[in-house]
Amino acid sequence: MLQIIHLTVNGRAQELAVDIRASLADVLRRQLGLTSVKKGCEVGECGACTVLIDGRAVDSCLYLAVWADGREILTVEGLRAGDGSLHPVQRAFIEKAAVQCGFCTPGIIMSAVEIVGAGRRYTREELRRELSGHLCRCTGYENILDAVQQAVEQTLQQASS
Amino acid sequence: MFDLEAIYRAASVQDAIAALVADPEAVVIAGGTDVLIRIREGKLAGCRLVSIHDLPELAGCRLDAAGALHIGPLTCFRDIVDHPLVQRHIPILAQAAAAVGGPQIRAMGTVGGNLCNGATSADTASSLFALNAVLTLTGPQGSRQLPVAEFYLGPGQVALQPGELLTDICIAQADYQGFGGCYLKYAMRNAMDIATLGTAVLARAHGAALMELRVAFGVAGPVPMRCPQCEAALSGTLFRDAERLIAGLVREEIHPRSSWRASREFRLQVAGENAARALRQAFIQAGGEV
Repeated sequence: MLQIIHLTVNGRAQELAVDIRASLADVLRRQLGLTSVKKGCEVGECGACTVLIDGRAVDSCLYLAVWADGREILTVEGLRAGDGSLHPVQRAFIEKAAVQCGFCTPGIIMSAVEIVGAGRRYTREELRRELSGHLCRCTGYENILDAVQQAVEQTLQQASS
Repeated sequence: MFDLEAIYRAASVQDAIAALVADPEAVVIAGGTDVLIRIREGKLAGCRLVSIHDLPELAGCRLDAAGALHIGPLTCFRDIVDHPLVQRHIPILAQAAAAVGGPQIRAMGTVGGNLCNGATSADTASSLFALNAVLTLTGPQGSRQLPVAEFYLGPGQVALQPGELLTDICIAQADYQGFGGCYLKYAMRNAMDIATLGTAVLARAHGAALMELRVAFGVAGPVPMRCPQCEAALSGTLFRDAERLIAGLVREEIHPRSSWRASREFRLQVAGENAARALRQAFIQAGGEV
């Protein structure tokens, strides 16, 4: 059965007929072609499907698409600035070599975008906690933490200068 | 795709109750972090859902005129952790909510869902037991109140009648004022894990004396539980004696099972050890002299 929902995805208003059985991850990938949203475990353990819903990092595999009605969704595809430049989190991931196979990367980047947007400093321990909903099977966690820490610091410096 | 037959998105509590009366076999879904996993596992295959996901009337925390703290069952763990009223009056619940899953799960899973699943491992349940939380259940005939300890009937079984929803979690002022509290989760990992054992301790202090003690556990029996005999024996004693005796006393009262996560013996060991550790932190938070 289909239901019509209205939502904003990466800044664009969308009207979609979604299957009531679909997860938000299903709809983002199949109907909108946003394949940065990865399906890893599909039970909310690995975080590869993380997107921002109304600004909050959520596992889109454990979220019914019909619930997205009226909400604002952000995925990695929506991070690029108007001039084509990368988001500070994306740049930091490149500079710190925080990407190995890349499967967990989009999800972690979305959590990091929320963290960076909070506009405050985090200790390493806090960042570990904030990123604990993500699994990286290449176990590149140290570089990932370095990248998020750098993005947080750079964003704070830019905001104060 | 989830194997579900239908979903009704309720517009209000009354609307949800009407939908549940019309379809008694329908499953209530709130945050979805447990129900969707059970559907994925095939345990609820082909189910019909009544979604209360979007009912703002059931979310948030407030103090009433009598000083009682009301927690909306649809408040997600993340909002429990961050809520100023929770942090100020019942930080033990913030500690418990922060122990659930990971950040993305906490942004979606709800405290009411944690209770209504009926799992003994629910992180927030033992704290709510220690806080003597009173639940409001609303059904077609109106509302009734039930202490959280009477809500649990058995593993996965709670006292919700057909057509009933959990609509309020209330903690009376006398049950939080002056108490220090501590929740300790024992699990294999620090994140994304189910509790092997959950320990919640509330304490009131006067100098070196432990004026009142409350101890509750998750996974120490088929449902979350208090230790009334231990509480009675140690309330009104000196902290230094209570800290020495609490491990032995709780071990006599709880009855954990062996499971693939841990043996009965290991759980008994952890329960005693963590009861003593949680007592120390709760007592210090209550202003006691250790």
